[in-house]
Amino acid sequence: MKLEYTLKIAFKNILKNKVRSFLTMLGVIIGVSSVIIMVGIGQGTQKKIEKEINSLGTNLIMIYPANSRFAGVSQGSGSTNKITLTDMKKIIEEVSNIQYISPDISSNEQVISQNNNYRTTVHGVSDQYQGIKDYTMAEGEFFTEAQCKSSKNVIVLGKTVSDALFPGISSIGKTIRVRNIPVKVVGVLSSKGSGNNGMDQDDLVLIPYTTMMNKITGSKYIRTLFVSAVSKDVIDTVQEEVSRVLRISHKLKSTNSDDFTISTQSDIVEKASSITGMMTLLLGSIAGVSLFVGGIGIMNIMLVSVTERTREIGTRMAVGARGDDILIQFLIEASVLSLAGGVAGIGISGVVIFLLNIFTTLTPVMNLTIVVLALVFSGGVGIFFGYYPARKASQLNPIDALRYE
Amino acid sequence: METIIQLKQIKKTYSLTESVSVQALRGVDIEIKKGDFIAVMGPSGSGKSTLMNILGCLDIPTDGEYFLDGVSVKTLNKDELAGLRNEKLGFVFQGFNLLSRTTALENVELPLFYNRTHDRKDFKALSIAALERVGLGNRLDHTPNMLSGGQQQRVAIARSLVNTPKVLLADEPTGNLDTATSLDIMSIFQELNDQGITLVLVTHEPDIAQFAKRVITVRDGMIREDYQVKNRKSATEEIERFKAGNIQIFTESEKLHQEVV
Repeated sequence: MKLEYTLKIAFKNILKNKVRSFLTMLGVIIGVSSVIIMVGIGQGTQKKIEKEINSLGTNLIMIYPANSRFAGVSQGSGSTNKITLTDMKKIIEEVSNIQYISPDISSNEQVISQNNNYRTTVHGVSDQYQGIKDYTMAEGEFFTEAQCKSSKNVIVLGKTVSDALFPGISSIGKTIRVRNIPVKVVGVLSSKGSGNNGMDQDDLVLIPYTTMMNKITGSKYIRTLFVSAVSKDVIDTVQEEVSRVLRISHKLKSTNSDDFTISTQSDIVEKASSITGMMTLLLGSIAGVSLFVGGIGIMNIMLVSVTERTREIGTRMAVGARGDDILIQFLIEASVLSLAGGVAGIGISGVVIFLLNIFTTLTPVMNLTIVVLALVFSGGVGIFFGYYPARKASQLNPIDALRYE
Repeated sequence: METIIQLKQIKKTYSLTESVSVQALRGVDIEIKKGDFIAVMGPSGSGKSTLMNILGCLDIPTDGEYFLDGVSVKTLNKDELAGLRNEKLGFVFQGFNLLSRTTALENVELPLFYNRTHDRKDFKALSIAALERVGLGNRLDHTPNMLSGGQQQRVAIARSLVNTPKVLLADEPTGNLDTATSLDIMSIFQELNDQGITLVLVTHEPDIAQFAKRVITVRDGMIREDYQVKNRKSATEEIERFKAGNIQIFTESEKLHQEVV
């Protein structure tokens, strides 16, 4: 029996019952498109998170105080505030291959100009923070090391804050107040636009950490210490060195565990990836279940079709069709049905992914591997679920099939 | 004349339930020569349809041996039987059994697709030739619902002829047709028989049986009568007479009805 002829019969029978065929395919369409969309969303999120983490800075190492334990009860991250300026000084002195280092002490504050006020996040950072974050200046200059050392009342504004406080005019040289401390604007950062998570990256102000600690928060501890290594290759050595210095500085015995946490960008990327990877898998498997249900729909309709066409099967057998000819005919019919559903599902998921990218903050991707996999899988679904009905048809006794009413 | 079909003590038992079984055939011996035209007659339940199905290799006898063109059928497996049906047998059914929404040409092509000897490019020519043989050369693209009963049966005959079978089996081919159309079909059968095709026809109409060369009567699963037809009628002549209004052909029930009246 010729394949081309079998395909022709398959299409004819599918077109004969348009509504039924469509409804049957719908199961596969929904299954395939949801698999592609779900995996697309998962992978899109993963990529976005990776990008976001990478945008934190280059070759970045972050040091946080570890959560303290009192009698075995964890007090949560940052509960001890154990990193001090002394620690930072020691790291600068003893660890080589550091390009930039900056603490980050942040606090949400109201910043007030003569006519306006605005609530934003104030970051107490060093002059090297510019290098860590790769900031460029729209106006003015970043504050200097000298200004940092002497706790000068200077401030660098994010674009959003500058526009809010001084609409239409330059803010350079103006004095604003942060928690009633007057500070002079020395620079405005170039706009970075909104971040990948939709957050405004220009909604912040930077002041020297010394000023922050001495005059605004009064805190002696550093919540986050950013260190950037000179190159990617030395990140691990720098991390180890920092750890060693901190342990000595904190007078930890070899039996004590670290009272700080050091994480590198790749650590975070890895962690985030494993979470989003799991999410992708979860979404994908839920969608896979719907593909399975779609397959059952195909099996169901093929069983109906075999029963309906029993006499036709009998006639075909009478004129010389073998069991295998009938088997292949019904298998092809089931496969065409589910493959057509698969192709339609791919089309629909393509449109949905396109629309999601335009109209939502989700950034799903169309993964070619998943598309090919979905196509192969939907064909497989047809063969798998079509096999039982097809086999049933092929094993009919010609005389019983001919007599079937 | 060469023997084409030989049945030796063919028995067929159907088990309805474990304890109840029906003996449809109780030992049938038939020998059919090449070029013969046989009408199998008998009341319903006599076993004539079972006999036909066994002759057509659609059903397998419980006992006995069947030689078709010198081959013992019981030695063949399912696929080989399918091949045999395809190459050596042609079927014509009472209900035509055409594929719906499929053109006459495609219906006739059907056996060719299951045949492994023909070339794809010859399909159309072979099918057209078969349709022309039954006078439907001008109805190639008609689907069954666009054809009359007689035309549908002729498409079915063309389908049975397309693989040039050795034997053509017809199970009540005129059962669903009116008198004029029945005569038409019978004249096609006679013509084919004249061209050398062996024909076995099941009917319960004695008038139809008169067009055959030999009549076999079956009753209770056994052969009761087996005789050559004397004064064999020509369907073509009957058509002429029928058109002229000189004869009336009645079925058995119609005859009964007339007697009562």
